Amino acid sequence: MRALLVVFAKEFVENLRDRRTLFSALLFGPLFGPLLFGAMVTRMLNQNTFEADQPLQLTISGSELAPGLTQYLRSHDVKLELAALSEESAKAAVRSGKAPVVLIVPPDYRQRFEAGAPAPVFIIADSADSQQRKNADRARALLANYGSAIAQQRLQVRGINPLLAVPVAVNDVDVATPTGRAVAILGFMTYFVLFALLMGGLYLAIDSTAGERERGSLEALLSLPVQRSALVGGKILATCAYMCISLGISLSAFVVVFRFVPLERLGMSANLGAGTALTLFAICLPFVPLGAALMTFVASFTRTYREAQTYLTSVLLIPTLPIAFASIYSLKTKSSLMLIPSLSQHLLMTSVLKAESISGLDVLVSAGASLGLALILGLLTARHWRRETMLL
Amino acid sequence: MIEACALVKRFGSVEAVTDVSFAARDGEITGLLGPNGAGKSTCLRMIYGVISPDSGHAAIDGIDIQGETSTARAQLGVLPHATGLYGNLTARENIAYFGSLQGIGMKRIAQRCDELGRSLDMLGFMNRRVKGFSQGQRIKVALARALVHEPQNLVLDEPTNGLDVMAIRNLREMLQGLRAQGRCILFSSHVMQEVAALCDRVVIIGGGRLLADDAPEAIRERTGSASLEQAFLQVLGHGAEFS
Repeated sequence: MRALLVVFAKEFVENLRDRRTLFSALLFGPLFGPLLFGAMVTRMLNQNTFEADQPLQLTISGSELAPGLTQYLRSHDVKLELAALSEESAKAAVRSGKAPVVLIVPPDYRQRFEAGAPAPVFIIADSADSQQRKNADRARALLANYGSAIAQQRLQVRGINPLLAVPVAVNDVDVATPTGRAVAILGFMTYFVLFALLMGGLYLAIDSTAGERERGSLEALLSLPVQRSALVGGKILATCAYMCISLGISLSAFVVVFRFVPLERLGMSANLGAGTALTLFAICLPFVPLGAALMTFVASFTRTYREAQTYLTSVLLIPTLPIAFASIYSLKTKSSLMLIPSLSQHLLMTSVLKAESISGLDVLVSAGASLGLALILGLLTARHWRRETMLL
Repeated sequence: MIEACALVKRFGSVEAVTDVSFAARDGEITGLLGPNGAGKSTCLRMIYGVISPDSGHAAIDGIDIQGETSTARAQLGVLPHATGLYGNLTARENIAYFGSLQGIGMKRIAQRCDELGRSLDMLGFMNRRVKGFSQGQRIKVALARALVHEPQNLVLDEPTNGLDVMAIRNLREMLQGLRAQGRCILFSSHVMQEVAALCDRVVIIGGGRLLADDAPEAIRERTGSASLEQAFLQVLGHGAEFS
């Protein structure tokens, strides 16, 4: 035990003096997520509110053939730009970005409209451009409304109750709570938290294994009267310490970022104060030894810094897999899922952010599964260190 | 006292060490001599117990290194082939780390650091980070690290590699000082002159086998050679014939 603490203290101090470790553990790892997240969400929110406030812009060609339609659009706050474009030139203008969505009223519109036959119009837009797709959708909705208004007038003129043409009245009821809706946006925050947690220990896991090999200090260390498991334990413990620091910095940064992200502009409240941050920290804590043991285990098989870096970069992706599955299949918190590390932390964190209650049993199972796996990986690492191939 | 008894080590189908036995006595410097790839490092690694022999055993002061590894190692200082230090720690911290892992208290470690700093003439860079040290300075730190727990026995694997003439001379004096204290020193080398200048006893191995184990002079006389270098080559030549 004493040896374990000696190793821990030495690794902790030594890496505190290493600029590379400090940068990745205390700056890049923990701050990358919150900053990127803050910037992305702010931009997303600004864009959404911006669009809702902004009048729809349309270029219309042949408006003189459809005065009723033109007036309808104007009365619905559409900014119309009149033009005379052929279909080809309209396509080119949209493609080159010169024109926003173009509405073409073809020459036979008036004749067919007056004859009571379906009168064609063309919406020309680039659906690969998300902005244009949204504008085209808005234009389509307006045209549909105009169409049904005309249809009802026609029925009325013929003495038929226009309501007969509305057999189904669709009502949208959105049950998303304000916080719940925010979570859809906040979903990937949990990945940033787990990423920061792993990044915190990445370089220490490399330095204390492959680094020890590369600088040639391993053999002297292994020839000391110390249990190999104590060496491995001290190294993993030091890695855990850096991961905890990184996790703490990351969560604090999220708390700060959330003060500045204008979530409430969309009627959403992000549930992340200091208390919630502490809960998230506690939820992630059992994942720390698992990450540390996993990285130390993988790095123990590598000979050089570079090799270890290559392998551990893939290890950083491991926690994304369950989270990706969770979002593809929109998994909800279930007790059986608590057995899967990283997924269980993701689900619990998401629940906490949604201000849902979480069951104590789920927290225990999540912690137990992570710690159990950490122990197994730790023992496997120690076993590998006892082999003489460590030196060969 | 370091003893190797009938050590055998195979790596896959290659037999790196075949039936090597010798002893290094207290108050003597024993040189393990052999060309590159002769099995010197493998022998030493079995002696300090980081690899285990396929058969035979090694003992430090009569304690089996495989059986009671920790007890045996407490009597042993090791300077392996790779003398890597921790660049972000000072010389003193490097030495103290190993002292702590040997189970020595902080106070005693501080004392030992001062003693070793004086005797190895390294007080000038004791508190500097090891990062920019010269090879000579590094060897001193590594040696101090191996001696921090005052081991009765010392194993050095090619300690003179990469050292300049002055540093080699320094090292030689240090080893002679330790011999004068009655300690047992075993070091490997592939340079005959080095061994001749320093050793009371020479163990020559080639192709993983023991070829000679005697005082340098005795080996020279027995082979009828004019110089030790000649004797070394002669012994190796015979070894090749035998195997």
